[in-house]
Amino acid sequence: MTTVADSPWTRQRGNRAARLARASALAGVRAKTVEAGAIVALLEALIEPGDRVCLEGDNQKQADFLARALTQVAPARVHDLHMVQSVLSLPEHLDVFELGIASRLDFSFSGPQAARLAQLLGQGKLQIGAIHTYLELFGRYFIDLTPKVSLIAAQAADAQGNLYTGPNTEDTPAIVEATAFKSGIVVAQVNEIVDRLPRVDIPADWVDFVVKAPQPAFIEPLFTRDPAQISEIQVLMAMMAIKGIYAEYGVQSLNHGIGFDTAAIELLLPTYGERLGLKGKICRHWALNPHPALIPAIEAGWVESVHSFGSELGMEDYIRARPDVFFTGADGSLRSNRAFCQAAGHYACDLFIGSTLQMDMQGNSSTATLGRIAGFGGAPNMGADARGRRHASEAWLKAGREARSGLSGARGTPRGQKLVVQMVETFREHMQPAFVETLDAWKLAEQAKLALPPIMIYGDDVTHVLTEEGIANLLLCRDDEEREQAIRGVAGFTPAGQWRDRAMVERLRQRGVIRRPADLGIDPRDATRNLLAARTMRDLVRASGGLYQPPRRFRNW
Amino acid sequence: MAGMETLHYAFDGGRALPPFAPALVGVVASGNLEVLVEPAAGTGCRIDVDTSARGFGPIWEAVLRDFHARHGLGGLVVSIHDMGATPAVVSLRLDQAISAIGGATP
Repeated sequence: MTTVADSPWTRQRGNRAARLARASALAGVRAKTVEAGAIVALLEALIEPGDRVCLEGDNQKQADFLARALTQVAPARVHDLHMVQSVLSLPEHLDVFELGIASRLDFSFSGPQAARLAQLLGQGKLQIGAIHTYLELFGRYFIDLTPKVSLIAAQAADAQGNLYTGPNTEDTPAIVEATAFKSGIVVAQVNEIVDRLPRVDIPADWVDFVVKAPQPAFIEPLFTRDPAQISEIQVLMAMMAIKGIYAEYGVQSLNHGIGFDTAAIELLLPTYGERLGLKGKICRHWALNPHPALIPAIEAGWVESVHSFGSELGMEDYIRARPDVFFTGADGSLRSNRAFCQAAGHYACDLFIGSTLQMDMQGNSSTATLGRIAGFGGAPNMGADARGRRHASEAWLKAGREARSGLSGARGTPRGQKLVVQMVETFREHMQPAFVETLDAWKLAEQAKLALPPIMIYGDDVTHVLTEEGIANLLLCRDDEEREQAIRGVAGFTPAGQWRDRAMVERLRQRGVIRRPADLGIDPRDATRNLLAARTMRDLVRASGGLYQPPRRFRNW
Repeated sequence: MAGMETLHYAFDGGRALPPFAPALVGVVASGNLEVLVEPAAGTGCRIDVDTSARGFGPIWEAVLRDFHARHGLGGLVVSIHDMGATPAVVSLRLDQAISAIGGATP
């Protein structure tokens, strides 16, 4: 032990051994197993001031018991922590800053805590290193943000400390790999300790301590959209997406953002898509969470494969019964993996389509609004051209041809391009215009002293803007002015839309840069909810043959 | 109704329709609207708007001007009861109402 600690090349191992020795001396710690009542003492023994700590906060799954425990350590002992975690979702994730336990933060997404985060930043209670995309943050776990201690969540452990994550594996493998192989320490909260795990998602020798939490880890059903709330305008926009983009480019592999707009597309494939004769020609491979809205398309035979970032509550039995479509373990349940699915969505998908809160006249879009630091999550990895992609597909090549036609030199060298579609109704709820001259992100950057405005998807990555008024194909725009007028030309009655140069917009329409519903052979009056393959949650359950079991809050029968 | 705003618009020079029965489309519900189209003498197109969302007069004017330019109809009066519908929904309901009275251009 002494020789190890003394070597200048093995200090991290020596430090790890010292921490483990402190922990093993505690009452309530037997080998790897920790009693719930001993958890605060364990964290105080393991964590040193200034440590980088990853508290597993995923998009869906939360290490909530460990988060609460971390807020209970004595700040005199444990302070100035540098928190690195993908999602700030629970109040405890910010309490540690308010209590003086942590002081620095690197993260990806803070949706539910966005307002409080902005507040604490304003009060000087924390410093933000950077707001990342998921892959970027995971990347930094292996470069310059490697956690010293990781506090993670799993469904179950066995006596040796092997972990079964259940369907929501999410970020766990990326976090544990970065920590365990760099002399860090991994503490896992589990819902149960069992003799035999259904499968091993994380091997025991990467895990140092296991604690059975008094309550199961919190998981949020984020991707369930009740079809009853889909509007006719969303149906219209979905028709335009399918006919004007998916069919036009022959999109085979894709990712859908979260929301009612894309849920409408999923529910129109077996009806409108079928009518257009597109089955088997588009939408065969997906990087997507198990959206309940995809059930009718799967049942109609549209979908060959779905790889998922996380899971979705209520979809467990349905997934188990459809292993040809979903990635499942030998035990039958879903194996999700956010890092791999983000990589897949970035490199192996022809198209990303998602929504935003604001878009400016350069096509930059942002979900940051004043007083809220919401972060990005996965959209920027999905909604960016994969410059490292080399495999060809019809959609990728066609987009690349459109973007490069007429260019010479390096910029004209033939290559493909990812389709990045921003789908927004021109006015959001409460008549907030989605199109603006200046993004709130600029003012937010000033207020929060960020190096750059938090732009979610850069305008030069966006290939199509789709609104109820039409589709603007930005690949065909040849200069900044055309691009601006193409965007204004689909911005409807928003002030930005009314500022259009009508003659130029008409010329862009003649060239097919802008296409109205009529240009696509779509009559808006045909856009009725009758086109939805499921119009209620109950329809989704029925389509699944009773296998889908929506969480209670989505049941109204 | 308290909190409602009433707006009136009139457009001239429309193509008069053959006689038609009044038509009602849409519902008065949050984010939605009801549109009633009735025949009137002359070639004018009068549009009366009752809306729960105050302060959007200029947008209403742009939406209704666009509607009139699209269909160019006269001899009718349109009554709108709006509960905060977006312009997209307003335009869709107006088109549906015109279809219902047989005035849609193919």
